[in-house]
Amino acid sequence: MQDAISIKGIREGLLVTLSDAGTWGDMSEALLARIEESADFFRGARLALAIGPRALGVADLSNLRDALSERSVGLWAVLSDSPATMNGAQSLGLNIALPSTLPQADAEVETDPEEARDCAVLAHRTLRSGRAVRNAGHVVIIGDVNPGAEVVAGGDIVVWGRLRGVAHAGADGDEAAVVCALDLSPTQLRIAGHIATSPGRKGEPRPEMARLRDGHIIAERWSARGKSPTEE
Amino acid sequence: MPGKVVTVTSGKGGVGKTTATANIGVALAATGARVVCVDGDIGLRNLDVVMGLENRIVYDLVDVIEGRAKLRQALIKDKRLPELNLIPAAQTRDKAAVSPSDMIKLCNELRSEFEWILVDSPAGIERGFRNAIAAADQVLVVTNPEVSAVRDADRVIGLIESEGKGPGYLVLNRVKIEMVKRGDMLSSEDVLDVLAIPLIGVIPEDETILVSTNRGAPAAMDEKSRAGQAFRNIARRLKGEEVPFMSLDDNHNIFRRLRERLGGNNRSGG
Repeated sequence: MQDAISIKGIREGLLVTLSDAGTWGDMSEALLARIEESADFFRGARLALAIGPRALGVADLSNLRDALSERSVGLWAVLSDSPATMNGAQSLGLNIALPSTLPQADAEVETDPEEARDCAVLAHRTLRSGRAVRNAGHVVIIGDVNPGAEVVAGGDIVVWGRLRGVAHAGADGDEAAVVCALDLSPTQLRIAGHIATSPGRKGEPRPEMARLRDGHIIAERWSARGKSPTEE
Repeated sequence: MPGKVVTVTSGKGGVGKTTATANIGVALAATGARVVCVDGDIGLRNLDVVMGLENRIVYDLVDVIEGRAKLRQALIKDKRLPELNLIPAAQTRDKAAVSPSDMIKLCNELRSEFEWILVDSPAGIERGFRNAIAAADQVLVVTNPEVSAVRDADRVIGLIESEGKGPGYLVLNRVKIEMVKRGDMLSSEDVLDVLAIPLIGVIPEDETILVSTNRGAPAAMDEKSRAGQAFRNIARRLKGEEVPFMSLDDNHNIFRRLRERLGGNNRSGG
């Protein structure tokens, strides 16, 4: 079972890769045993855990985090291909990707900050209260952003659904960033350093795009015909 | 067939989780199904009071988990409904006395003896909540037609989804149809618009709930209680029956109801 665990040092601490073989119970026990064997080496370590396609619930992850912290090992990231595991890890406030590179954890590959700005994250689900999606580049959501949920992007935000939570585009200060939604009724909308709340809506929601103009956030209706949107 | 574990939760406190658990338990047991209600609110137990079984507690959930009592010893049989049972929570301990795996083990034992295992969850999204949903096959999310309760329900539904426990089923409690009509209260459509999960019951605001809760005789035992009827409908829907949502209108004036129906704006629920 111990062969199924590989440990290597990365810039952010230790990357532990677990194989998909066996049950999660056995695997986590083997990991804890391994840590206890070389307790001195692991004491105070920051662990990123790569668990492949295995689907784990919040309870599994939080139990493991508790067990690790009893051994003075901090769990800060869980890398997985399983959406359930990623959701669970996110709701525990764990990272689900290493900061520099997404799929592979090779610290040598440095991403150009300019390039990162052009990358987008796509979330194809409804963000319920308490959930957040953050990305240095753009964020695209297919689904609703419910009140109490938050989207923060260095670039633009596109919501193919109802935006009713908080959206912050251009979070690093980009005043050209925009926020688009099929129904743009956020609790609060921020673009770069500017903040606006939604005015009460009358009638049917329409697709809109919000941008900064002369230091104010304005929302313009998007129309399928005209090239330039009609201003409201 | 092994029993089904149904967890009743809400996020926000005071929306009627315990009342719903007790009443659905009573309603299921009244159909002859073998039912056990498990109070997951360790340290703040209430279910025993609402079910009127407080004075019969000898052993509790934590006694079973820590091996001081056998499961059978902690089970309290309701004398009014022979198929209804309760496992009370410990009052002198806290949530940390139980782990999610303890709950899974306990519920698996109960599955072989009961058709329905109803777990009453504590408010909040911490340890007690995670214990309560750990073993769930199905989750009922109770909310009230008010913005803060709906917000918390949304949060809880997100957590249930990330545990892989399905989206859950919505119980909308304490609806005042007159206020909804005046536009002063969220309608079930408004709530479903945000939460987007299947609705399994709408319970009207009903004074008989308060009276029955204080007496320790859940309203579902009372044939005349409207809220009790709504809970009995939930029990039937849990069993897979198609039950139409009952009209929540207090007004029994046939002409007015007929006019509303013709007008096409008949609100219903149940």
